[in-house]
Amino acid sequence: MDGERDGSRPSGEPDERPRVHFRDYEHVLRMAGLFAFAIVLFLVWRAWAVPPDFGRYGHFRPGAITDAADRTPKYAGHELCIECHSDVEQARQGGGHAKIGCEACHGPLGRHARAETDQAPVRPSTRGVCVTCHTAGEGKPKSFPQVVLREHASAGPCTECHQAHKPGLT
Amino acid sequence: MIEDRRSFLRDTGRFLLLTGAASIAWEHVLAGTPDASPNYALTDHWWGMVIDIDTCIGCGNCVRACKAENDVPLEEGAFRTWVERYQVDTNDLDHPRVDSPNGGYDGFPELRSTGENVKVFFVPKLCNHCAHSPCVQVCPVGATFESPDGVVLVDKSYCIGCRYCVQACPYGCRFIDPRTMTADKCTLCYHRITKGLTTACCEACPTGARQLVDLKNPKDPVHEFIRTHAVHVLKPQMATGAKVYYNGLDGAVR
Amino acid sequence: MPGVEGFIYPNEIELQWSVLIVLYPFITGLVAGAFILASLERVFNVHVVKPTYRLALLTALAFLIVAPLPLQLHLGHPERSIEMYLTPHRTSAMAMFGFVYLWYLMAVLVLEIWFDYRRELVLARRSSTGLRRMAYTVLTLGSDNIDASALRVDERIGYALTVVGIPSAFLLHGYVGFIFGSVKANPWWSTPLMPIVFLFSAMVSGIALVMLMYMALTRARGRVIDMPCLDTIARYLFYTFIIDFSLEMLDLLHRIYEADESFRALDFMVHTKLWVSHILIQIVIGTLLPLVLLAAVQLVSLSERARRRLYALSGTLALIGIFAMRWNVVIGGQLFSKSFLGYTSYKLVFATREGLLPAVALLVLPFAILAALVRFLPPWADVQPGAASIVVTHGDTGR
Repeated sequence: MDGERDGSRPSGEPDERPRVHFRDYEHVLRMAGLFAFAIVLFLVWRAWAVPPDFGRYGHFRPGAITDAADRTPKYAGHELCIECHSDVEQARQGGGHAKIGCEACHGPLGRHARAETDQAPVRPSTRGVCVTCHTAGEGKPKSFPQVVLREHASAGPCTECHQAHKPGLT
Repeated sequence: MIEDRRSFLRDTGRFLLLTGAASIAWEHVLAGTPDASPNYALTDHWWGMVIDIDTCIGCGNCVRACKAENDVPLEEGAFRTWVERYQVDTNDLDHPRVDSPNGGYDGFPELRSTGENVKVFFVPKLCNHCAHSPCVQVCPVGATFESPDGVVLVDKSYCIGCRYCVQACPYGCRFIDPRTMTADKCTLCYHRITKGLTTACCEACPTGARQLVDLKNPKDPVHEFIRTHAVHVLKPQMATGAKVYYNGLDGAVR
Repeated sequence: MPGVEGFIYPNEIELQWSVLIVLYPFITGLVAGAFILASLERVFNVHVVKPTYRLALLTALAFLIVAPLPLQLHLGHPERSIEMYLTPHRTSAMAMFGFVYLWYLMAVLVLEIWFDYRRELVLARRSSTGLRRMAYTVLTLGSDNIDASALRVDERIGYALTVVGIPSAFLLHGYVGFIFGSVKANPWWSTPLMPIVFLFSAMVSGIALVMLMYMALTRARGRVIDMPCLDTIARYLFYTFIIDFSLEMLDLLHRIYEADESFRALDFMVHTKLWVSHILIQIVIGTLLPLVLLAAVQLVSLSERARRRLYALSGTLALIGIFAMRWNVVIGGQLFSKSFLGYTSYKLVFATREGLLPAVALLVLPFAILAALVRFLPPWADVQPGAASIVVTHGDTGR
């Protein structure tokens, strides 16, 4: 009477009520069904896509902690240096540089310490390393040993007169 | 033997409840042992850092060490840690002169002259690994988070690069890694501290101005240090729960 | 460093959010504003603006479809953006906004348009063949019932949707304001007024847009503009604009009076870097001038033609002013350093992923979509097959 219908939808609603009522909101149920389907689809996607342990420690993927911990250190850490170079460590005792990490001047030597490379570490350049800390500057504590480079010694390396591991004049 | 339906349902219900509870409890037991560091229990540590302004000489070793250790891009605008130099005129405390040339990577150029009443000092900065971190709060997907041992980390495989966290950090310690287009920042050298090493910046610091601290360790010297010194955090009014404690932090420091 | 004055934290040199993030609140603002105009008629029974009802809905839809695009272009990993729906972080305003957007798009706007247009869609289906008929079958979900009682159901549901839609529209754009307003690290953004200011400026822009569209399209179709309708819309624009301006001035006065630690840096920024975009474009040209013009219409008796001209001018200026407001909030908030000791600059490049070209394209795209929507779902009753009045339903303009 009011146009074609393509058969009743499995909306779960038995067609027992007066025809006019159900027919009039049946299209609403179709739309509701579409929404329900979309929501179910989303839930399935979420169950598939989200790692099952997500949220174990907080709102994040616990694997991220492992990822962060997984890098190989580039700096060995002075404890590792001392294992082989205990003589240098002994020699440093009592001097101004006793507490400085080896790699503060020698640069990252993790690969060397773990014997992953045959390449011998390069002796640091004094102009690069010594000067960086010891050139006089405002802002450095007055008690910190510092020199105005121009007025100090000239072209030669600092190690000409100074001992690097246990500073003091040689 | 099933006596009646009611008792069957009751017993089944109890069984499900107990196994459910047990499996949840077991998960928590398993928690705290990341696979990469089998001797490291997450809940045993609460990491922070202490920085002594009075001792820092502005050499920039920490900045260089960090960039080397963590493969940080060498370009501008990508610093996991950096050093600022302050020149505070005692007549004009509200307007300090501050500079941080390339983040202090090459140290600081010599000052021509500073005038009589100017004090100069260096302030190393890094991520404060806030206990109530605003950056974690705003991350829409859970790519940045605070680990159970107090380190704020970024999940690079999950970050969508929306940059909201960079906006939310009051300290300017975050940036977007141009190679991965994800957020990046100081990780407190997580890969080192979980293996019993100290951070690269602390390792490289020649004066000991930077010290990694484990607040959960009763033997850590930090407790004594905080007891005997007046320590500050940056921007305390933000109530971020920052865990980098500065000794000698001047009021002029931004 | 070029473009940097004073001291900025080293990582602050590059702006994080570009012109695309200026576009985004502008576009969602237009959506919210257009929808609220539409709801004026439906819920508040302001029948005189009925001619713009469907146009407002279609405008809202066209812009809402485009709204996520600037965000996708901006993300470092747009392919991961679905994570916002899969693992939303409940403390993040951005994550929660994803659901607000989805709710508004699907549960409010799409549904409301569907229920309002359903009769025309069914009629169109009946009178077409082949592929077009299939398309309409999909759009009608296969239902064919448009007799009086079914349409009454539609009417009631549409009404309920509009009632739900009004707070949803408020939520939609208020949330965008909250995304900025809740960032305590940024004093230019952090204020409880931000969601309200965003909302009212959104309403101004949305009403102005629909007003301009109505005038332009009616002219293009060679029809006569319904002046009582237009006058009413302009009046609502005027009232909303006054509220919006008052709120922005309140924020400004409050900052000037309290003069907290950020004030001097922000004040300097507004007077130097933001002089043109904030003082000149947003305030003078984009707010004061249209307010004066709209006030003139209220106070002085003017001819229809003069009024139409003033409406067109003030509507255009209002849109420019609201865009400038978004610019000043988003870009302005990133030009100053959080140390309050320095400033950086924004370099707007032309043809990169976040450059001027995609920004302009994204502003043009909604109009293209709207053009398609207007063709497919004409908002004017006199362009439909058998439209005159089978049943007097909502959407007929009864011209």
